[in-house]
Amino acid sequence: MSKKITEISAGSMADIAFLLLIFFLVTTTMDVDVGITRILPPPLLDSTKIIVERRNLMNIWINKSDRIQVNENEVQVEDIRQLVAEFLANDDFRIEETPPSMPEKKPKAIPLLGQQVYVSKGIISLKNDRGTSYEMYVRVQNELAAAINKLREDFSEKQFGIRYSQLSDEAKLKAVQKQFPMAISEAEPAIIGGN
Amino acid sequence: MKMKLKKSAKGNSEISTASLPDIIFMLLFFFMVTTTMRDTKLLVKVIPPDATEVQRLEKKSLVEYIYIGPPVNKKYGDETRIQINDQFISGLHEISEWATTIIINRPEDERKFLTTSLKVHKDTKMGIVTDIKQELRKANALKINYSTRKNLANK
Repeated sequence: MSKKITEISAGSMADIAFLLLIFFLVTTTMDVDVGITRILPPPLLDSTKIIVERRNLMNIWINKSDRIQVNENEVQVEDIRQLVAEFLANDDFRIEETPPSMPEKKPKAIPLLGQQVYVSKGIISLKNDRGTSYEMYVRVQNELAAAINKLREDFSEKQFGIRYSQLSDEAKLKAVQKQFPMAISEAEPAIIGGN
Repeated sequence: MKMKLKKSAKGNSEISTASLPDIIFMLLFFFMVTTTMRDTKLLVKVIPPDATEVQRLEKKSLVEYIYIGPPVNKKYGDETRIQINDQFISGLHEISEWATTIIINRPEDERKFLTTSLKVHKDTKMGIVTDIKQELRKANALKINYSTRKNLANK
């Protein structure tokens, strides 16, 4: 009779584990952080002025009462997506000619696409007032991203047969991104009278 | 020996609970791994705006947060305040100092992946956000993320 070997009862193990489990269940926050990622321009050196031709530029202003102007016209926030998509469209990236109403294109070598393909020179310039609400600013940023994503989706579908959001090949992703860059420029904040 | 075991198994019709602790432990480990504990106490109210074209912030260890919004506690007034770590900052210049310290303390190869997540209340005016962006540029912390809620309703 070897009664000396007394084992520790494992019966309560499940209860202890349950307790811990419930603790973690309660404290867990499963939310993933999402947001719109942007790269800020590096600090400006003194006399760097970049001159952009008028036809290559689309100006978007948001004023302090959250009203939006694109070039000469006041627009609603829902219209921006279409306007930007039309402005940055690049239907045939193998030819350089564009109608005068559209931004110019510049030649570029993009792996997978060709040694000389043409990328739109169009730039979206976004300016806002100090009094603009953050919500409207993010909505506009969201519309801009949506427009460019739409162009990328279509291009990827046509070129590789896969939707951009479904692309997993790093090289193809890079190629699409180079063909349709996030060409958004935010103006240096200027002090305009009033808030 | 074998025969004996079989016999006793036959007689016992109850489901064995011996593997229960293992199952619970598995669940436990799952939750332990996926858990992110809220490490900062929010002093400002932040309801992020909605957006559809969002990206996920992948590596949490490479993300630093700035919270901007009206104070939760009314004794600090209603004016928009900036919170870094666990406290309000008193002046804008603290942001670039803070960002510079973070960058310096990171190994070189991690620096360009550092992201500053701006958690901004949606009714905030852009003026203060612009100021913060300028401060971050000074410190060369260029990758930012406007924190939003993903909303598919208006897509």
